[in-house]
Amino acid sequence: MGEWDELYRENIIDHYKNPRCRGTLDHPDITYEDANPLCGDQLRIDIEVKDGKIEKIRHSGHGCSISQAAASMLCERMEGHPLEEVKALTKEDVLELLGIELGPVRLKCALLILKTLKAGVYGITQWPGEEEETK
Amino acid sequence: MSTPPVGTTAVAATSRGRFDAHEVRSRFPLLTARRERPLVYLDSAATSQKPESVLAAMDDYYRRYNANIHRGIYAIAEEATAAYEDARARLARFIGAPSREVIFTRNSTEAINLVAYAWGRWALKQGDAVVLTVMEHHSNLVPWHILAAERGIELRFIPVTDSGELQMEALPGLLADGRVRLVGVVHISNVLGTVNPVGEIARQAHAAGALALVDASQSVPHMPVDVKALGCDFLALTSHKMLGPTGIGALWARRELLEAMPPFLGGGEMIREVKLQGSKWNELPWKFEAGTMAIAEAVGLRAAVVFNEELGMERIFEHDRELARYALERMIEVPGVRILGPPAEKRGGVVAFELGEIHPHDVATVLDHHGIAVRAGHHCAMPLHDRLGVPASARASFHCYSVPGDVDALVEGLHHARKVFG
Ligand SMILES: Cc1ncc(COP(=O)(O)O)c(C=O)c1O
Repeated sequence: MGEWDELYRENIIDHYKNPRCRGTLDHPDITYEDANPLCGDQLRIDIEVKDGKIEKIRHSGHGCSISQAAASMLCERMEGHPLEEVKALTKEDVLELLGIELGPVRLKCALLILKTLKAGVYGITQWPGEEEETK
Repeated sequence: MSTPPVGTTAVAATSRGRFDAHEVRSRFPLLTARRERPLVYLDSAATSQKPESVLAAMDDYYRRYNANIHRGIYAIAEEATAAYEDARARLARFIGAPSREVIFTRNSTEAINLVAYAWGRWALKQGDAVVLTVMEHHSNLVPWHILAAERGIELRFIPVTDSGELQMEALPGLLADGRVRLVGVVHISNVLGTVNPVGEIARQAHAAGALALVDASQSVPHMPVDVKALGCDFLALTSHKMLGPTGIGALWARRELLEAMPPFLGGGEMIREVKLQGSKWNELPWKFEAGTMAIAEAVGLRAAVVFNEELGMERIFEHDRELARYALERMIEVPGVRILGPPAEKRGGVVAFELGEIHPHDVATVLDHHGIAVRAGHHCAMPLHDRLGVPASARASFHCYSVPGDVDALVEGLHHARKVFG
């Protein structure tokens, strides 16, 4: 059973069970909600911006362990950083945070947070990594 | 002309009228292939595995008599034509229909689209209504959405109870104003496993002046289906769920309807005569089969029908239901398991479930790491999931090659999923 241990690494289970930056904000500067129709996962992000920096970021909604852990990890990583940095975030950054490889279906779970974030901040609504294909 | 041999499938039946599922399984190469971890395939509702005889029949066609059908005046073209038409004849007999009423399509989705586009556009006008059910697969919803938008027809739905059955009391009310022209219903739900009373629904539809369409995608592969006994007007089926290849399915419809309806797709083979300014349609069933059809797949489907007939559809149904019964019994041992759908006596070999708060994707991923293939998601039935108040579910489903050990592996996997996420 070594393989599932790898897929569900402790850090994923930890972020899933004890999510960071979870919740909503009362006065967000940016708020955006998105869903993955394939699995019914829903995700909302609220961001407070101050001096061009992500002062506070919160995620809410529901989904599988991968989408929840990715949201927790990415929000934790971005809080306090310049909003500009969202632009440079890639699919690889999310996978690196998760530390695992994923098949195409679960990849969408992992990328829902990034898709939501980019849509909220820049209005880019394609799946990360698929932008070129649709050009 | 001789028809090519169809793989023989001698059946190991016991005196009590059951077949030996382990022996049946041994005739499915994918299931017996050596792999690191044995495959526990519990996704037959999505697509079934294929027996050796089906693979061999298709291989034999390509190696020995591959030729286009109907127009050839040479031996292998005639052999291919005979095989293709024999596939139709056997499939027709399998569902109790005359051959000329069976139209080959790509799958049941295309069969339903054929009804919506050819019959629906021709027969329906603004203000008419079509009754469907809340448990339909998207393939019996979306074609009607398209038609509704185009023609201004109204869609009505037979509701589903909390236990996943059709609320039959609602049907008379839905039919009462006499505007309903068609009632479309899934025979066995691909999520709940519910076996719907389609005969009774067809009876009520007819009494109200409407036709009845049955989506038999999940029933023809698992139980005896006789279109005359059902009393419906249209029936859609798909080969890949009944041990046959992908790429072929069929629509059965009553002859008068098929004769009255305009064609669906235009092109070669569906015409009798073409002039520059117009054409005359071919006779049934070819009127609805435009272009080169899936010949190898028809040959494969024929072998699948033979395989199913030799096992016996009553016995397959009993086998699947017994496994479902066993699965329900064993799965409730796992804390947090919630089964969707009706009690065992009202369902076929499909068990959709939730496991506590664990997302079905996570359940399926843990199971996958045990070598267990189940499906997770909305199973192309989003309105049904909305109705049941669950965003998604996991689903285990069976066929003739499934064995109790598959269920035992599933239960063990579920315990493990709970441990990982508990
Ligand atoms: C009840 C039901 N209807 C229709 C379909 C569509 O079948 P196909 O994709 O072969 O057209 C399926 C299978 O997915 C099904 O389970």
